[in-house]
This record gives sequence, structure tokens and C-alpha cells, in this order.
Amino acid sequence: MKGSLIIVAFFILGCITGLYNILPFNIAETDISFYALCALMFSVGLSVGNDPQTIKNFRSLNPRLVFLPVMTILGTLAGAAMASFVLTHRTTAECMAVGSGFGYYSLSSIFITEYKGAELGTIALLSNISREIITLLAAPLLVRWFGNLAPISSGGATTMDTTLPIITRCSGQEFVVVSIFHGFVVDFSVPFLVTFFCSL
Amino acid sequence: MFTVILLMLAGVILGFSIRKYPLKSINKFITTLIWLLLFILGVEVGSNRQIINGLATLGLEAIIITIAAVLGSCVAAWALWYALYKRKKGENA
Repeated sequence: MKGSLIIVAFFILGCITGLYNILPFNIAETDISFYALCALMFSVGLSVGNDPQTIKNFRSLNPRLVFLPVMTILGTLAGAAMASFVLTHRTTAECMAVGSGFGYYSLSSIFITEYKGAELGTIALLSNISREIITLLAAPLLVRWFGNLAPISSGGATTMDTTLPIITRCSGQEFVVVSIFHGFVVDFSVPFLVTFFCSL
Repeated sequence: MFTVILLMLAGVILGFSIRKYPLKSINKFITTLIWLLLFILGVEVGSNRQIINGLATLGLEAIIITIAAVLGSCVAAWALWYALYKRKKGENA
């Protein structure tokens, strides 16, 4: 939670900087963000490949629950596509690109800003932050309405870190491994799906 | 566009091949880059009057997409839950 607050603080700090033209040059017009994004993705890859825990976790997984990330992705994309009927000035692909963040707001908003501009990037940031917050707040309700797997699906890409504690408390300790596995797979799908829907 | 994804896959392969030597500070580096990039996104938003004036609308759009996405994924999770657990309990009873 503290980590998320710091990230939001940096975004707000940036907003204020931009609003009052504090920087002597427009950082948004430079290539810095693209190179930083490249470095970021390379580092994310490094940390995933370097972590011995990842493979260990997958070995103790209930094989039937392998389908959960697929359900999350399909359900989210269907829901986001439905939202485009309400938001008539946004294309279906744009709504699905925002939905493909799965709560991974830092990465998805950065990607979408790079591909589609700051306006949709801001929507992606707000939408995916609120996905994490909704999961944290509504997890007990989701269990009651949709069963024990619902908070994991709702948590999307965040179920291996920020929303893991609340999931284990509401769904039960036996869902820790599937939650981590789910977070990992959905996390990994974010750059692919966002890029795909932005290029449509 | 796909440069970034290729870079990530290259990172996975490199990280895996040197997994005997754990990279301890990589997560701090990732966090710093995320801070930088969100700061830049903030600057871009702040210097764009159109976005600043429409921030409330953008927030509403974001919430609509989120609620639809969360409901969609929960219904899908419920379907899997039903197929794996609920139905089985019914058979046992």
C-alpha cells in the first residue's frame, strides 16, 4: 500500500511540475521515457528469470487451477468490451487496452501513454489503481457473491504481491500458490495484451 | 512497439542463465524507473490543459471500465469455481 502511495505521489508531483512549467524543458517530448521503458522491461525480465522461487511455486499447483488466469483475462476483456458500449467515444480496442492492465497500473499506463497518448494513459492509470483498491476493499464481498476464486480474478496482476495478504485472509491459506501463479501469468500477459490492443 | 517485449524476453533468458548469482538490487532499480516514468506521465498530463480540465470525466470513464472488468473477471472466476468445486460437492451429497 505504501509503495502504491509513493507511485501516485510521483504522478501528482509530475502533474504539478507540468502544470506550472517548473522544468526548463518538456521532458515528455524527449526520448527519455522510451529508453526508461526499455530499461524497465529488461529489468522486469531479469528479475523474473532470476527468481528461483517462481519455478518452485509452480510445481505445487493444483493443475485444474491453471485455467484461472485464462478466466481472468477472458472475463476482464469481455467486461472492458461491454464498457465500450457505455463509453461511446472510446473504441472497443481502447477500452480493452485499458482493461488489459489488470491492476498493473504503473506498466499499463506507461505503455498506453507511449502508444496512445497521455489521455488514455491517464485513464489506464486511474482505472488500474482503482482495480487494486476495489479488490482490497471488496474481497470479502466478492468471496460471498462469486466464490473463493473471485478476489484472485479481481486482483488481476497484483495477486502475487499487493493483494496477496487480503486474498489469503478471505479465500483461505490454500489459495496462496494459485494466487501467486495467477499473478505471475497475468502480470506477464500485460505487455503483450496492451501492445496488441493498442496496435488494433 | 515490440522492441520492449523482446527486451523483456531477453531479460528473462539472461536472468535465468545467471540465476546462480542473485541480483539483489534489481527491484530497487525497477521501482526507481517506475517512479521516473510516472513522473514523466504526470508532467505530460499536467502540461496538457485538455486533460487537466477533463480529469473528472477521465476518472469516471476509468471507474466504468474498472467495474465492468472486475465484474467480468468475477463471473468468469465463478464459472470455474462452480465447475471445479460446487458441482462436485453436489455429486457427493
